[in-house]
Amino acid sequence: MWARLWAIVTKELKQLRRDRMTFGMIVMLPLMQLMLFGYAINTDVRHVPAGIVDLSQTSYSRQLFQMVSATQVVDFTQRYYSAQAADEAITRGEVKAVLLIPADFSSRLVLHPAFDHNREYSPLTRPVAQWLVDGADTMVAAAMRSLRNMPLTELTAKGVTLTAPSFEVVQYFNPEQRSVVNIVPGLLAIILTMTMVMFTSAAIVREREQGNMEFLIATPVKPVELMVGKIVPYVFVGLVQASIILSVGHWVFAVPVRGGLDSLLIASLLFIFASLTLGLVISTLTKNQLQAMQMTVFILMPSILLSGFMFPYDAMPIPAQWIAEVLPATHFMRMVRGIVLRDADVFSLSKDALWLLGFTCVGVLVAAKRFNKRLE
Amino acid sequence: MTHAEIALKADRLTKRFGQLTAVNQLSLSIERGAIYGFLGPNGCGKSTAIRLLTGLLIADEGEVTVLGQPLAGHEEALKSRIGYMTQKFSLFENLTVLENLRFVAAIYSVKGVQAKKRIDELLQLYGLSERQQQLAGTMSGGQKQRLALACATIHHPELLFLDEPTSAVDPENRRDFWERLFDLSAAGTTILVSTHYMDEAERCHGLAILEHGIKRADGAPRELMQSMSANVVEISGDSLRQVKQRLSALPDVISAAQVGNHLRVLVSKSVDDAIGLLTPFSDNYDLALVRPSLEDVFVSCTGGRHVG
Ligand SMILES: Nc1ncnc2c1ncn2[C@@H]1O[C@H](COP(=O)(O)OP(=O)(O)O)[C@@H](O)[C@H]1O
Ligand SMILES: [Mg+2]
Repeated sequence: MWARLWAIVTKELKQLRRDRMTFGMIVMLPLMQLMLFGYAINTDVRHVPAGIVDLSQTSYSRQLFQMVSATQVVDFTQRYYSAQAADEAITRGEVKAVLLIPADFSSRLVLHPAFDHNREYSPLTRPVAQWLVDGADTMVAAAMRSLRNMPLTELTAKGVTLTAPSFEVVQYFNPEQRSVVNIVPGLLAIILTMTMVMFTSAAIVREREQGNMEFLIATPVKPVELMVGKIVPYVFVGLVQASIILSVGHWVFAVPVRGGLDSLLIASLLFIFASLTLGLVISTLTKNQLQAMQMTVFILMPSILLSGFMFPYDAMPIPAQWIAEVLPATHFMRMVRGIVLRDADVFSLSKDALWLLGFTCVGVLVAAKRFNKRLE
Repeated sequence: MTHAEIALKADRLTKRFGQLTAVNQLSLSIERGAIYGFLGPNGCGKSTAIRLLTGLLIADEGEVTVLGQPLAGHEEALKSRIGYMTQKFSLFENLTVLENLRFVAAIYSVKGVQAKKRIDELLQLYGLSERQQQLAGTMSGGQKQRLALACATIHHPELLFLDEPTSAVDPENRRDFWERLFDLSAAGTTILVSTHYMDEAERCHGLAILEHGIKRADGAPRELMQSMSANVVEISGDSLRQVKQRLSALPDVISAAQVGNHLRVLVSKSVDDAIGLLTPFSDNYDLALVRPSLEDVFVSCTGGRHVG
């Protein structure tokens, strides 16, 4: 039993070592994804291309222009001379937003409580200027809305007297609110799902396609030996990838790893096993590598969309949450963010850990059962 | 041998794939130590029959007894006593010769010193010693085939299945290969080999001719040739093609085929005087009754529908 298992493991490792393509993917895939998600996909909106229509042409209006530029939320790249021209520019997609400063800007300003604290808000209070926003991209629109209550006191030389906010918000973790801090651990879950499921889902069909399987099933090898022997080498692959992602995340994107490395190792192992068995089950369900690939994508999409990587789990509709609960990625996402960002340990996350463990056991059984030593 | 031990026995084995009956009521019995051949054209069900006999496919009907045990229910126990060389090369192309052998040895639980000794022996026997470190995928057809045979016999199987082992091999390598098979047979291994080469089939101790999954003939090649249901007439002369056309139209002529500058005509045994029947259609030609070959047997069994 052990000798055969060992023989299969070493065979897989040797084959993996000679398969340059796969070998390269193991290293390049996490690096590329990390760079893509880390740099390109940035949910902190900055530098939105914008235009300005200044119908007031006063020193105040120029000051307002300066102030808004200083926030860096928008980059003023265009200047228009009428509201209509601005309108057309947005439709053309030239800019995403336009700041429209009306001709009576100065008189509105002096009546505005944000400018003069002695005044009260009244139904007659009018906003001092207007933002025209391309609302198609909700992320951009939300960023523009955040400018709505910009204090205008800087326009006066009177110094700052802020109104007291209703709530004080104390932020635990991620004080600078950088989305990359949340993305990197999440990416660990996504990349592992992608590679682990992909490698093993092809594992058995490939041998079937290449004809190795006909020889193998004519030998005394047992299905469980074959199944376990096929996933063990990829456990190491998974750990290598996890190390790459977390160290690059740490060195390049300054993502802190607060939790213990032991908790992280256990959580990663549990997830790697769960994903590998998922791939194996796929492998026993499909007839060729193309089908296996399609099934992998079928698993991967909800893992990306529903696991909490893209959207907060709690904000999803209940049926989506149910689907998410079935996916190993969701449980790992919770665990890894807990460990990496909040210094949680595996025991405080035992529900998710147990779930992954159960998933693996059931998966191996199903795969071994589905894989009968027949050609049909 | 009056009471020979039977190594493999099949009884009315049938396998259907949807509408197609790939193996149809196949019965056979192979003595221990014999080399038994399946002869038939591509698609006649040789591979399917072998898969049924090794337990890789389940028969729709019929029973198989392997080495004295019923196959059904004992597949796994029997797998360590049989060897199987697939039609398509089924070892790992991105492993070296040595790695493949070591892997297969471990799978068959041949261990330690014993494994090393056996592997060295096989490398020597099959002339692969210099190629131990070569990737299997980069070897020639003949070398791959020898590696596959080495792997299939690493555990000294009592029963060996070889599915078209020589299809990708040149004639000289084929002869060597058959020498190895006779060695194995002499050592007591029972061998079932499928082929579509007549010369190979002729070397077998016993032979089944298959067509459309049905066994058309079974016996020793010599017996089959003697008990053939047709006489063979060889005609020599010019413009044989016209003669061939004329003769093919006769109901008692099973087949007429040109072989070099002869025409080989199979005439049903129900005709007493074969030469007399043919002479009126082939004046000025030399006609002679000749000894039947295995190909003639094959053609007469399959009604001349296939050749080779
Ligand atoms: N798995 C299968 N599914 C459907 N048809 C099959 C299958 N395997 C073989 N066949 C069909 O059964 C017939 C016999 O095939 P096979 O045993 O491979 O012939 P041979 O080995 O003599 O060339 C062929 O017509 C083939 O197409
Ligand atoms: Mg075949």
